[in-house]
Amino acid sequence: MTLLHAAPLRGLSPAREVLPNGLVVLTKTTAVTPAVTLNASIRAGSAFDPPSIDGVAHFVSKVIDRGTDTRSADQIAEELDGRGVSLAVTLTRQLLSLTCTCLVEDFDVVVALLSDIVRMPAFPVEEVRSRRGEVITLIKQDEDSPAVVAVDALMAMLYGQVHPYGRRSRGTVETAERIDSAVLKGFHADHVRPSNVSLAIVGDVESGRALDVASAAFGGWTAAPSPGVTFPAIAASPARRTRVVPMMNKSQTDIAYGFTAITRADPAYYAYSLMNNILGQYSLGGRLGDSIRERQGMAYYVFSSLDANVAPGPLMIRAGVNPSNVERAVASIDAELTSLVADGPTEQEVTESKQYLIGSLPRTLETNTGIAAFLQTVEFFGLGLDYDVRVPGLLRAITRDDVHEAARRAVDPSEATVVVAGPYDGSLS
Amino acid sequence: MATLEQAAQSGSTVREEVLDNGLRVLIQEVHTAPLATVWAWYRVGSKDEGPGLTGVSHWVEHMNFKGSTNIPRDKVKGIIEQYGGYWNGYTWIDQTTYTETATRDALDRMLFIEAERMGACLYEPAECESERTVIISELQGGENDPDQLLDQELTATAFRAHTYRHPTIGWLADLQTMTRDDLYGHYRRFYVPNNATLVIVGDVDTTATMRDVVKHFGKIQPGDVGRRARTKEPQQLGQRRVTISKEGTTAYLKIAHHAPAVADADFFPMLVLDAVMTGAKGVNLWASFRTPPPQRSARLYQALVNTGLASGINGGLVPTQEPFVYTISATATDGISVDRLEEAAVAEVERVRREGITPQELRKAKIQLRARLVFENDSITNIAHQLGYFETIASWRDYPSMAARIESVTVNDVARVAAERLRSANRTVGWFDPVPSVDENSRPQ
Repeated sequence: MTLLHAAPLRGLSPAREVLPNGLVVLTKTTAVTPAVTLNASIRAGSAFDPPSIDGVAHFVSKVIDRGTDTRSADQIAEELDGRGVSLAVTLTRQLLSLTCTCLVEDFDVVVALLSDIVRMPAFPVEEVRSRRGEVITLIKQDEDSPAVVAVDALMAMLYGQVHPYGRRSRGTVETAERIDSAVLKGFHADHVRPSNVSLAIVGDVESGRALDVASAAFGGWTAAPSPGVTFPAIAASPARRTRVVPMMNKSQTDIAYGFTAITRADPAYYAYSLMNNILGQYSLGGRLGDSIRERQGMAYYVFSSLDANVAPGPLMIRAGVNPSNVERAVASIDAELTSLVADGPTEQEVTESKQYLIGSLPRTLETNTGIAAFLQTVEFFGLGLDYDVRVPGLLRAITRDDVHEAARRAVDPSEATVVVAGPYDGSLS
Repeated sequence: MATLEQAAQSGSTVREEVLDNGLRVLIQEVHTAPLATVWAWYRVGSKDEGPGLTGVSHWVEHMNFKGSTNIPRDKVKGIIEQYGGYWNGYTWIDQTTYTETATRDALDRMLFIEAERMGACLYEPAECESERTVIISELQGGENDPDQLLDQELTATAFRAHTYRHPTIGWLADLQTMTRDDLYGHYRRFYVPNNATLVIVGDVDTTATMRDVVKHFGKIQPGDVGRRARTKEPQQLGQRRVTISKEGTTAYLKIAHHAPAVADADFFPMLVLDAVMTGAKGVNLWASFRTPPPQRSARLYQALVNTGLASGINGGLVPTQEPFVYTISATATDGISVDRLEEAAVAEVERVRREGITPQELRKAKIQLRARLVFENDSITNIAHQLGYFETIASWRDYPSMAARIESVTVNDVARVAAERLRSANRTVGWFDPVPSVDENSRPQ
């Protein structure tokens, strides 16, 4: 018991090894469940889509586990299902991730299978054809969702059509029709290379053994490093922009209100992070939640999010409101931002948000999946293996003035881009 | 055995006590992280609501975050957050529950909040009105999703008499007309210690925690929840159908069959049957949906998704106090009509009714379910949820024995429940049949 309690003080202390081929293996032994979580993150997200075709990375995520050079899709399905393992393949702008949890007794076999899927997907023509139907259905569902329509339109306005963030991750029906096995193979060959992969292994397996198993599965893979993505500069909006997308068959209207923000490497990151927490996260949606949900009863959800990444991701405010409340909700967001920009946060708000963000770490790191995701973030942004121990100090060092300055830089409503999608056809100011 | 697995499978490490006022307390020490979780469960859900008051349980849940005698409205937030904690609540057909998870030093504050919630919430009229529109917004947000809309219509069609038929969020007309006194009356009737279970799991000391529980809850008076109007859903005599024709882009199919309650011996063969048809989900309403099931080799996945008819399928069998429905859902691939999808799905349902499952399928389903039970118990929050959930709908002791109950299921058991439960006359079929949107051309392409 003493040892377990001492753990948070000395930190997570994960192990990190770089295989000769450049693949990074992150390991952390935990003994809370007889299971192991595997998370392979590949720098091959939708930002890596070829300039001429949107949605290739997304299509890869749907077919990568549907057959390899030595296994059919059915064989892979049997090997995973027969062990109770569900492999989730997810995509962000930056990363293509394959994640699963298996029982300890299946660890070696599942690592080998994961390696086969990552290294040698065959993209069989028949599988590509049947997954195309799924991709097109997802695109059509997106087009019927006010939430997705609002966010896609906001991203397009914030980033334009040249910047990868302005393009649609899932592409369009037209691009889905054009993507074939050869395109998918080309994307895989270009971007899925050992030097772009980090594999996190967290669970009831000793670190040395985890590394041995990972080395045996991935060590023989060779390919030259590939170039990363260069993100074009973003022209910040000097003036407010609005757009309304009427979807009159729907019940509720979605608001997406945002700005381009900063990269993760920006020295102001922690000030921005606290500002975002105060504005639209703390407790039930921060200041925005207090105003729009709690005081005015206008929305079931309202929150803000900050995606500080390799590129300056968006700071986005989202709310779902009755169409008769659209103008009032947007005006309330404007008012909260105006106040935060003019007066900054209170000392109490800064203290509370710091306490919350620092205090939530043990919860974040309670489960194997939580630890694996944390380790991948640490690796992706080069934060260092002692990051969990350093975070409290980094946050404590931020002052009220720092947060106020972040608000002045980031959330001036006169420079906001506002999109409304849903059963609303009024005009916004 | 690893620590959390021990905790989840070993009833002997749970301390159970019933206070003089009837509050049942379950405490389990788990020292894997410096955290503690508290769940307060009430035996009240949307099945306890009559006409005109649908949605009252869920609305009451919302009101119980809006201040109490000793927690002024503006002090609600921050109590748990200062410990880095998370709090939430949910309402469903059988239950209403509230939870906090935070570092262990927050335990006293968590118990304080739950004691206030049980005995002393305010229900200020202005707060009730403000929350009315929040909940209507929640309802309308759900209506934006055709899948959710169809699920609501399907359930309402499958049940004729039982109060499981109305949605937990309530019907809009009731949400528009319910009064503050309706809410407060429902709160006072059901939020009494003798109708509740308090669960505490984590890095705590059992004896000291029990002392704290008595300190916070011991003086709350018991109450009479009165007679609960109950009925048994009459046997369905023929297949029912519902079709929603509405603007949209995508067709959805749902097929519901009346299913056994958790205490029915048939529940476990049904769990195995669902694993064979759509992949094993586990039985944690709070955690299971976060990880998709292993389903690529499942029968309906092979028959509907691998053939290109559907872009996704799902099976829903949830432990409930009274017989609910087992729902198979499928999203039609673009260009596939919903009747074609139904034909293929029903063919698989009829096949399993005729032929049952193979020993290999039984073995695989059991392995999947065993793995899911391990995976869904990866945190103190999830373990505590299961204790409280099962105590509310049956007995918490059913949960540790779940693995053994699943293990005892035979091929014949599954064949029998498939033949009986998946009969056409026990079936309700729902379609969302999209009609093209009139403003389609104005959308971003």
